Formats: sequence, C-alpha cells, structure tokens
Amino acid sequence: MARDLGILVIVVLVLAATCQSAVVSPVSESHRSAALELFSPAHGSYGSLEETYEALKTFKVLGIEKKHAIRTSSCASVADTLKSTSSALKDFFDALRVNSILKCELNSEAVRGTQSRLKDSLNGASSLIDFYYSIGGLVLLKEQMSEVDVNLGDADRIFRSIKALGQSDGRWRLSSNNPESSNNAAGIALEALAGVISLATPQIDNSWITTLKNDILKLFDGIERYDDGTYYFDEKHVGARGHQSPLSSSASVVRGIAAVAAATSETLNLPGEKIMGLAKFFLGVGVPGSAQDLYHQIDALSYLENIRESTPLILSLPATVISVTKKDQLKVRVSTLLGSPAPTLSVRLMQIFVSGSKDASVIDQELKFDAVSGMHVLETLPKNIDVGSYIFSFEVIFHNPEHKKTYVSGGRTRVLVHITGVIKIDNAEIVILDGDRGSVENQKKLKLPGDNAVALSANHLQKLRLSFDMSTPFGNAFKPHQAFLKLRHESGVDHIFLVGNSGKKFEIILDFLGLVEKFFYLPGRYNIQLTVGDADMENSFLQPLGFVELDLPDAPEKATRPPPQAVDPYSRYGPKAEITHIFRAPEKRPAKELSLTFLGLVLVPFFGFLAGLVQLGANLKNFPKSTVPSTFAILFHLGIAAVLALYTLFWLKLDLFTTLKALGFLGMFLMFVGHKTLSHLASTSSKLKSV
Amino acid sequence: MGKSATTSDVHALFHSLRSAYAATANHLKIIDLYIVFAIVTAVIQVAYMAIVGSFPFNSFLSGVLSCVGTAVLAVSLRIQVNKDNKEFKDLPPERAFADFVLCNLVLHLVIMNFLG
Repeated sequence: MARDLGILVIVVLVLAATCQSAVVSPVSESHRSAALELFSPAHGSYGSLEETYEALKTFKVLGIEKKHAIRTSSCASVADTLKSTSSALKDFFDALRVNSILKCELNSEAVRGTQSRLKDSLNGASSLIDFYYSIGGLVLLKEQMSEVDVNLGDADRIFRSIKALGQSDGRWRLSSNNPESSNNAAGIALEALAGVISLATPQIDNSWITTLKNDILKLFDGIERYDDGTYYFDEKHVGARGHQSPLSSSASVVRGIAAVAAATSETLNLPGEKIMGLAKFFLGVGVPGSAQDLYHQIDALSYLENIRESTPLILSLPATVISVTKKDQLKVRVSTLLGSPAPTLSVRLMQIFVSGSKDASVIDQELKFDAVSGMHVLETLPKNIDVGSYIFSFEVIFHNPEHKKTYVSGGRTRVLVHITGVIKIDNAEIVILDGDRGSVENQKKLKLPGDNAVALSANHLQKLRLSFDMSTPFGNAFKPHQAFLKLRHESGVDHIFLVGNSGKKFEIILDFLGLVEKFFYLPGRYNIQLTVGDADMENSFLQPLGFVELDLPDAPEKATRPPPQAVDPYSRYGPKAEITHIFRAPEKRPAKELSLTFLGLVLVPFFGFLAGLVQLGANLKNFPKSTVPSTFAILFHLGIAAVLALYTLFWLKLDLFTTLKALGFLGMFLMFVGHKTLSHLASTSSKLKSV
Repeated sequence: MGKSATTSDVHALFHSLRSAYAATANHLKIIDLYIVFAIVTAVIQVAYMAIVGSFPFNSFLSGVLSCVGTAVLAVSLRIQVNKDNKEFKDLPPERAFADFVLCNLVLHLVIMNFLG
C-alpha cells in the first residue's frame, strides 16, 4: 500500500515536472515594431473611428509617440461626428474614445447635443450594446468635460435592467430576445455597470459593489485552463457579433474587471493564480499578426498591469541554451507585463529536474542581482549539472513583505534549459580482427571529428571493430542521441549499425561471417561513415572514415537480392538525348531539259492529228448558217472550251468543291445549248434524208 | 519462192486492207485518226516514264488513263455512229456524239483531280 502510494507520488512528480515549462516573455521591442507596422495609416487616417481608437490606445500603452501625424484628420472626424445629427450611438462612443486620447478642441454646443443624445438613448435602451455605448459615452464625457453634468437620475433602474440580462453562470446575454450568453457580453456588461456606478456617485448602493464582486467570481469559475497554467475565456456558442476568439473574449472580460476595479475603492479579491494565468495567456500569444488582435492583447495587458491588488510579475529567460564550453551564464529577468522593472526581490533556483527522467535535485541557490542589466545571474552551475537538457525551477522571494499582497509571481516557474558543450572524443581507432583468434590484422588510428581516409580490406572470416571514448567537458560519460555506423556498398546499398557503449567507451564489432547474408553477398568496396550527434552536443558530426574492401563468398541460389536502388530522378525524368530526325531523301527528279523535250514530244501527236484532219478533208460545211442555230453552235463550242478552261484552273489552283459548283452551272448551260445545237443538226440531217 | 510468195501475199493483204479502208466514211476516218492520236500520246508518256521513273505515279496514271479513256470513248462513238452497224440503227448520231462529249468531260474532271 505504501509502495503504491510512493509510486503514485513519483508519477505525480514526474507529471508535474514534464508539464508547466512554457516560458513567456514580457512586452518588448518586437511588439512595438509590430504595432508600427500593423497600424500604419492609409492616406493619413485609419479608416473608421474605432480603428483610430485601437491604434491610438496601442501606441499610448507601448509608449510610441506618433499621434501628431493623424491628429488633425482624426480631430476633424471627431468634431464632425459629434456635430452631426445622423451619427449612430456607436459613432458617438468611438468619437469620444478617440477624443479621450487626443484631447481635441470641441465645440461646446456639439458636446451638449451629444450629451442629450446619449441620455435619450440611455433612457430608451433595451439591449446590452445600447446600454454600453450610451453609458460609456457619458462616462467619457464626464472625464473630458468637467463642466458637463451627466449624473444619472434613475441609476437604479438602469442597473437592474443590465443585471436582468445576466445569467447564473456569470455570463451575460446581449438582449432579452437572444438566449445565448457569452463571456464577451459579460465583459461589456461589467464595463457598463461600472460606468453606472461612477456616474451615479454619491448615490451608490453598497450592495451593488457586492453583487459585482460576486459576478466576477462567478465568471472566473467558468474560466478555461491549459496544462501549463494559462487561463483564458472562450465562447461556447457563436454569438450575435460573430465568432469571438479567446483573445477578444478574454480581453473584453479583463476590461470589464478593470472598469469595476477602477469604479470602486474596495478590493475585489480576485484569484491571483487566475490573474497570473490570464497574463500568461496574453503574453503567450507572442506578437499577433492582425491589428485588432494586437490591440486586444496590449489593451488587456495594460489593464492587468495596473490592477491594484494582484499585479502579475513575469519571470523570463532571454536565453535558454547555455554553453558550458563558452562559459555562458544563466540569466533570469523578472519584470511586469509591459516590461517595467519589478520591485526589489530575489530569485532562487529551487530544484533541477533532468528532462526525460525522474531525477530531481534540490538546489536552493540564490541568483545574484546585477543592477546594471537588471538581470538575476546564476554565476556558477550546480556541481552535478553536466551537458544535457534540464528543467530549472525558480521561485521569486520579495524583500518587502507588503509586496506579497499586491504582486503575483506565479509560485514556482519551470523553465526548460539546454546545457550544451563540446564533447571530447579520443582513442578512436578502427581495427580488422582476424577470425576466432581475435588477433589484430590491421589497425588504424582515427581523428574524430576530423578528416580520415582509411583503406582496409577484409574477407568474410574477419571482424571489424570501431571504438572511441566520449566524455563531457567535466569528464563524465556522455550518451548521445545518435551513434551510427553506416556501410555503403558501391552499388548504393546501405547498412546501418548502432554503436553501443559502456560508460565512456563506445565500441562496435562487425562480424562479417554473420553479416554475409545481410550484405546480400555483395563483395566490393564499402564506404564507412560514422554519425555521432545530440541536441546538446556542440560538435555533432557525420563523417566518412574511408572504405573497406570486402571479399564475400558467392551467393547461393536462394539468397535474397539486394533491394533495387532508387533511380536518380534527374536521369529518369530529366531531358532525354536529342533525336536527330532522318528524313526520307526526296525523289530524284529528272533533268529539266529532258522533261521539256518530252513536253514537246507529247504535243507532236496533236499536230499530227490536225495534219491528218486536213488531209482527210475535214470541213465545217455542216456548220449552221442561220443566226439562231449558229449562235447556239458557237455557244456550244464556247461552253466546251469554258469547261476545259475550268479544268485547267482546277488543276492550277481551285479546289474540287468550287470546281464542282462552277461545273454544275456550266454543265447545265452546256446541256441546254448542246441539246439545241444537236437537235437542230439532227433535224437538218433527217430533212436531208427524207429529201 | 515461198518467201517472195509470203511477201507478195503480205503486200496483197495490205493493199486490200488499204482499199477497203479507203471506202469507209470520212467521219469514221476522223474518229480513227483521233483514236490513233490518243494512243500515240499514251505511248509517249509510257516511254517518258520508262526513262525517268514513275515518281509522281498518280500523275503518270492520270495522263495515261486520260489518253486511253478518251480513246475508248471514241471507239464507242465510232461503233454507234457507224451506219453499217445494225444494233444502233435507231440511235441518232448526234445523240451518240452528245454522250461522247459528256463522258469525255466527266473523264477529264476525274483526270484533272487525279493529276495532282
């Protein structure tokens, strides 16, 4: 039973040691440069008044002086908004917010008009947003224009109306129609209620303050938590104002709490651990990427910094990698959220856990405070700390006991620290041992890390032994994450072996008799490569050592083939060789003179035909004499000539379709004319016959 | 003796053929002349092809076939026009000539297409 309990305790300690090692750092120059980059005005202004306010507030908190550039345009915009009768409630609110930072000169008539508009809206308000804008506007007016009278007459009714929208779990609904409640709305409601209290003085009811305190505590009950101690507010539903990120919801709640704290002089009894957790959440975001996220982060941090009763202090390490060889010193900084110096305190290193194991040692060493740099320095590392990864556990001790009540330091802060160093490797040698007798055949000394090119040869009856010693700068044994010996055959087949160790001595013996089958019976040159590496080793190396010519017996028939090597992608998918095309040699054409001779020869029979016709006494006596038939006859011959001309054109340049089209027309003409001519001839000859 | 008899027989044969041929009508002789002209042109084309090779074979074919085709059509015209031919007694020669012209035109269209 006791043993089980003991194991349980150890497990819990291990869990406690493995988590909670996130380190956050306070607001720094990177936030300032991000603000300048994200909030860059386009054409001298930021667009809407809301964006202008976000930019101005962020610059103000970060201490960036940049207001002058946009002051004139923003003031003009503010004045216009307050004067105009068509401005919405939100516009009044945004304009007054911008004015609270810029402090423009405002027309008193416009101010009076704004005040009456806000009061009217407040009287007619029903949704949380309306209450928030009108009350917020009136509070801002009261701060800026002391002569304006904005005391609320029926503060009680307003307080109750806002409270009516609250839920039992501490969240608020946006309006009575909307059943969904959110943390974002809770933050807005708290700001509005705090505004009612500040406007309604001195008539406030003390029970209101108590109610608000209870609401805040209920809200904190619904806070969410990460394992490393970060707390944040998130929304369970997508609200009417769109999806709110945890950053904007948490920032809204922080604004609400800060408003309540500012409105009353009583202490709110906020849970210090949760305030610290919220601070860690905002700082843990790092540098946000969007302007609105940066505004939420910086705005919330500024409010958290100024909370009276539990101001968070951040313990951060500028460097978490300490080199023993370079004799680095561990430096710790304690500051407020925005980077301001903390009150006088001391930092003690309480415990050191070895990362990844159960070892822990109690140290309780105080760090020396260096006033020049503002850092607490660990001058010497504890004695049993060597190269490796550790979790250091720090605690903050206040010099003034009063500070313990007003500051929150977050208890023990755990940080993952890497102690690195140059590892010494000596006595490195590679040896070929002869068979069973173990006698040394060939021994070569190696320089690690360094250039080595050994040339060894062995057969399958021999063994190869590689050995070296590794020790830390303090002389202790060191086991690196990686210690591999790789043998690579000339065909590309790799074999990797782990180098084992006992204490400081690392040794591997390759017995080739047993490895013959693993090597696929491939004889030849094997390149040797040694890899020794660790995250905390400053001189990790991956080096070729040389080669060994292995003489292995022939493979039996059933031996496994070596795996196919990957084809070099450039050779397979790269460009192929140029193809030289071989074209068919063009046909040999005859000589021009020969062709022309034969052209002449072909025409000779035609002339022979004409001569023969003359000799036979062919004549045109039967050609019709009278007008009409002769016209038809002439047209007939012309038609045939036209068709032949069409054919020549067809051969020269026309295509078949055009030719056929033309031929169709010509053919019809020719038919008609031919019919006429031939029928005339036929009738003439029949007349002759009958006669 | 036999040789001179053969040669004299050949002479006598030629003589009788010539005289018989002279008796044919003139228009038939014109058609015969046209046929001879076409065939001689075809022969010259074949001789040219024998010398230079048949590279644009389609052109050679088209040329030779146009000559042969027109000769064939002329032969059929001659048959139809011949008065001694009992088969085509009722066919007017103008009609035969119109057929000849039409078929020639179609033949030459195809030839021109194939000439390339």
